[in-house]
Amino acid sequence: MVEHGDIRVVHCGGSKINFRDPVITHDSRFLLCASGEAVKVFSTSTEECIHELRGHTGLVTGVLLRPSNHLQVYSSSLDGTLRLWDFTDGILIKTCVIGYPIYSFYASDKHENVIFIVASMPSDKRAERFQLVAVHLPQSGDQMVEAQELSAVLSGVNPNPAAIAFGRGGEFIASVNDLQLEVYFFKKQKSYRFFLKEDNKKGGWNTFTCVACHPKDDCIATGHEDGKIRLWRNFNHKKEYTYSTLHWHHSTVSSLCFTPEGTNLLSGGVESVLVQWRYNQESERDFLPRLGGAITHITVSPDGSLFCTSHSDNKITIIQSCVKVSAVIQGLVKGDSIRTDLMMDPRSKALVLNGKPGHLQFYSLQRDKLLYNLDIVQQEYIHESGLQQFEVVKAAFDASGSWLATVEERHQKAAELELNLKLWAFDEQTQSFVLNTTISAPHDAQITAMCFCQPTDSQTTLLVSTSKDGHFKAWQLAAPAHTEGTDDEGPSWLCDFVSAYHGLVPECCSFSADGSLLAVVFQEVVTVWSPSTWELLTTLSQPPGAVSDLCFGRLSCSKYLLGTTASNLLCWNLLTCSLEWTTSMDVRRLVADPLSENMAAFCYQSGSTDLFVFKPSEPRPLFSHKAVCSGKVTQAVFAPREEMLESCEESSQWLNRSQLYFLTQQMDLMTFTTKAEEDRLLASSKQLVIDDSVAMTPFYLLLGKHRQQQQEHQDSDSSLWAERTALPQTSASMKELLQTPAHVLPSTSYLCSMFVQSLLISVSDAREEKAHAEEEMESEKEEEDSEEEMESSRSKPELAAAAATESDTPALTKAQARELRRVRKLDHSWLAGLLDS
Amino acid sequence: MASFKPTKIQVYPKLGEKVTQDTLYWKNYKAPVQIKEFGAVTSIDFSPVTPHNFAVTAFTRIHIYGPFSQEPVKSFTRFKDTAYCGRFRSDGQLLVAGCEDSVVRLFDVSGKVALRLFKGHTKAVHLTDFTSDRYQILTGSDDYTCRLWDIPNATELTTYTEHTDYIRCGVTSKLNRDLFITGSYDHTVKLFDARVEKSVITMDHGQPVESVLLYPSEGLLVSAGGRHVKVWDLLKGGQPLVSLKNHHKTVTSLALSSNGQRLLSASLDRHVKVYNTTNYKVVHNFDYAASILSLGLAPDDASIVVGMTNSILSIKHRKNQEDSKEIAGQQRRRPSYRVFVKGKNYVPKQDDYLVSKPVKEHLAKYDKQLQRFNVSKALDTALGTYIRFRKPEITVAVIKELDRRGTLKNALAGRDERGLSQLLNFIIGNLVDARFTPVLVTAAEMILDIYQSVIGQSPVVDRQLLRLQDLVKREIEFQKDLLEVLGMLDTMFASSLPRKESASASAPTVDPFPTCSLNTDS
Repeated sequence: MVEHGDIRVVHCGGSKINFRDPVITHDSRFLLCASGEAVKVFSTSTEECIHELRGHTGLVTGVLLRPSNHLQVYSSSLDGTLRLWDFTDGILIKTCVIGYPIYSFYASDKHENVIFIVASMPSDKRAERFQLVAVHLPQSGDQMVEAQELSAVLSGVNPNPAAIAFGRGGEFIASVNDLQLEVYFFKKQKSYRFFLKEDNKKGGWNTFTCVACHPKDDCIATGHEDGKIRLWRNFNHKKEYTYSTLHWHHSTVSSLCFTPEGTNLLSGGVESVLVQWRYNQESERDFLPRLGGAITHITVSPDGSLFCTSHSDNKITIIQSCVKVSAVIQGLVKGDSIRTDLMMDPRSKALVLNGKPGHLQFYSLQRDKLLYNLDIVQQEYIHESGLQQFEVVKAAFDASGSWLATVEERHQKAAELELNLKLWAFDEQTQSFVLNTTISAPHDAQITAMCFCQPTDSQTTLLVSTSKDGHFKAWQLAAPAHTEGTDDEGPSWLCDFVSAYHGLVPECCSFSADGSLLAVVFQEVVTVWSPSTWELLTTLSQPPGAVSDLCFGRLSCSKYLLGTTASNLLCWNLLTCSLEWTTSMDVRRLVADPLSENMAAFCYQSGSTDLFVFKPSEPRPLFSHKAVCSGKVTQAVFAPREEMLESCEESSQWLNRSQLYFLTQQMDLMTFTTKAEEDRLLASSKQLVIDDSVAMTPFYLLLGKHRQQQQEHQDSDSSLWAERTALPQTSASMKELLQTPAHVLPSTSYLCSMFVQSLLISVSDAREEKAHAEEEMESEKEEEDSEEEMESSRSKPELAAAAATESDTPALTKAQARELRRVRKLDHSWLAGLLDS
Repeated sequence: MASFKPTKIQVYPKLGEKVTQDTLYWKNYKAPVQIKEFGAVTSIDFSPVTPHNFAVTAFTRIHIYGPFSQEPVKSFTRFKDTAYCGRFRSDGQLLVAGCEDSVVRLFDVSGKVALRLFKGHTKAVHLTDFTSDRYQILTGSDDYTCRLWDIPNATELTTYTEHTDYIRCGVTSKLNRDLFITGSYDHTVKLFDARVEKSVITMDHGQPVESVLLYPSEGLLVSAGGRHVKVWDLLKGGQPLVSLKNHHKTVTSLALSSNGQRLLSASLDRHVKVYNTTNYKVVHNFDYAASILSLGLAPDDASIVVGMTNSILSIKHRKNQEDSKEIAGQQRRRPSYRVFVKGKNYVPKQDDYLVSKPVKEHLAKYDKQLQRFNVSKALDTALGTYIRFRKPEITVAVIKELDRRGTLKNALAGRDERGLSQLLNFIIGNLVDARFTPVLVTAAEMILDIYQSVIGQSPVVDRQLLRLQDLVKREIEFQKDLLEVLGMLDTMFASSLPRKESASASAPTVDPFPTCSLNTDS
């Protein structure tokens, strides 16, 4: 076994952006959403991801604008911390440790420095019981604080963030759970509970799913599982409450939201229709249908100009308040199962897999961006749970990427299977795939595998499909039958050959690299055919166990044919028609690198998956990695690199030409990287830091590049480390000196010695200085905000210096001596930061 | 926001013949005018001058019809016995005809009595024609001779006795006054030159020659006899070019379309076939009620005239372009041209704010109903009379779409007697169509489920259900028979195939029903 020091398994993009409701900033320029362990900041106008706020070590469960400062944002996570960020610069300001995993959290204007979190508290009765807890944020200036003041507000709440809402700017809080609506008034410290009957006459469920409170009025809107919306009024009396019912949705209302002025109520659900109800005129409704997947969250920007909906297909739609879609942020769609394998589009080098229902998605791995969705089924998608829909189950590209074959199927309980084989031609003009031929019912039963003939030079393209009906068929592109006159139809695909083998079910098929051989697996038997004459050349068999995966060797190993059974990995030599070697391992997936002889085998062993990379001609694996991930790996693909990697180490050479991607059982896209590559990536990402809150417009990119080059130039000039870090500091104090009006400055002779002193590096003990600085700060009783900024300066010396100078500038006009003292103090704090880091 | 995706109408490959330019051209004739003659119509000849009257030789009469008249404008009845081969001179003034009594008669088209009588043949004369100098007549007779006559003094000029059997057809050259061709029952076609004593070229057709035809360029000759139509190259000394065998009875008559691109042959098998003269493939086919003896094509293909053994003359006139346009105009008055071009060439000025006009999407009626989830109404729309009869695939597609949405049951339920019988009618009419069976079986089962409680209340519906039952029973029997035949064929194929050493692979079978459809709209 080869030891591997520098190859790592890493997550590769495509994280969820629809997990929690996104937040639109006050100026409507940014959209923040929780995405895995980070918070992503998107531009609402260009749909680009501007930066990510990284720091949490658990799943981020909520994002909320800080009520007192609209340039800061809180985020909560399952790692039990709340973090405060400056989202324009992407800086972590403060971390507050709660100690319990936070499932959702809320804040309101009326409750300053109090955050309401939903956490699961250890209770003796049941394992999972969620409580709404008020957390008083400690006022200390530390960067890392621990919250001690916790007080439970409500118990037995729903962990779903949509189930709790503040009313009238924080006067009361409404929480729904199952069949109960609970309203808690902070002033009176009293809560009212309202119950609904379990089932009404028509068989709908009354279970609450979400709640929203009117911002001005005493009105609570609740959504229910049967699609009804109830508007509760007069709920501060136990007996005399009233409610009215709105009903448009036919199934569960998953999200409700009032606009900031309270004039409209927005609701959405599985139907994927955004419904806008007029408050007090509920008969008037606006609809925005066919938004995509089911709506999971609706949010409105604080000024009410933008709505935004999250969808179950990992999408965020930004809608203008005139009910018009303005932007769509689409992430990698991950369904419950990837029925089509992972594939590479030879043209765009994009990863292709199942996307939205009935679509194939093309996902650029380099840019971590969804390129486009190809509509395969081309039917109106009916948003209804329990309905059998057409699903894309198989897809295949030919070697040049000019043909795409897809299989869609719909299996109803009683009726027979509906199958369609579609062939798509790449259109150069539109740069997308255009439907060429539809073959309905190409086989009598499900298609198990499909592959194109590989060679690029041959004129005729051949497609082979194998099916559970025991046949395999070859399809060929044929010229139109009639020769004369008015043929507007181009060539179409026709069945060329049908064959079977002893009535056995073919499981998979594969063409050799030059296209001269076709191997079809019939359970235990591998049959080798010649596609030119359709003659059965030979059969290979190695019982026991059915062959589940098949691969021809490439380049110098093209004489080998590899197959996997449940317990063995087999390698046949096609020249001698005999078994070359075999090893016993439970290979779940065998992938061949299209650019080299290498093959990757994912073996399942005792709960986790191991990876072996080998050449068919050599018995020793090139690379092995134990426990790549837990669970089985059934989908993997080699993606060719854009530029070849120069790695001389033996263990990582197999990654030089292409990269290996795979999907885990949890549907996470993973890849292997080498250390050198990571370093390079890190370096490039540092250069890409965007210093301002400028949207990523093309214009910006144009100018930004120029600026970056300048910066790089500067950086390269200053080679000495000390010199480089010292420069901004001196320049800051210099700037301060120059910016201050001359008439308020002390005499130059008085200043000079102090200034020169400030430039000198102090030799005193850093810790002493730090304590000294804090003492001073507290004695001066500054505002909390600026203090916090001072705190953060420890870790980010350069930025803090700039911030501090900003806050200090006005103070200088008051007293010179005090100002100069602060200049000195600032220097010390910076120094401390340097020594710390 | 994606737009509504309309219901996918499955495009099925068109069965039967492909619609080509030729089919369209030859189908563009009105319903035939049928005129009863006195006996079998043996010859039809169009006058070369306008208004292109045509002479029809039937029994003892020759009738001359105008291009659109159903009554003869003129008839020559002074024949003692059956008349043959009435032909116009190139100026359309004179008409010549042979007779069973061996006398050849020359008529003035405006007169009634024969101008000249040419006597000399000893048997019936089946071939008469004018030479291109207009002063001589060619005749061919059952006495194995063909003769040239001088018109002005009614004397015989030459006699050729080379044929050894009846001479039944012939044609004179339009370009050379001395050349003529005769076809005989001795299987030969002979080209004669009046300046020499003997025939110049002899071609062996192989069967008794019934008809000969010269191309306008006179380089190619077409002869018909037996089941064959043969084309000869005269410029290469009578070399056979093509032999066509598309009829299954004797070919009796030939004609050439006005532009020389298509050749028509009529036969006793009641068909007229149209050939492309470049590749000699059949491009169109006409069916008639009885065996055809004669065929005539008016200049510009304005009409096709066919004479049959049951003494019926069938005239098909070409549809007028103006006629069809007029009908279209009546159906729909379109807005004037000005409406469409209004504002099209307006160039926006610099300060103008451009408001783009939203593109209005056209949806079919049933799609509009489906968009609103009005499932019953969508099915009603799809069951409208026109769609139901003319485009059943639309109805089936809508039913399929409803089934996919899981709302087919709702759409089928709640119908009254009329609605239900309409639905059942459609199902009965299309259930056994292989393209629609899977969808309609589901629908039929659902109907039975829904309405089983009310069976027996309406005699109309009950009768239809019985019909449906009967239909299904017959279809099942049918399929059983077909499977039996398939099994028999399989054993036959298996026994006929040479037995191989590696008998492991079963013989490749051809998929009996590959349902392919070409997607044309995308």
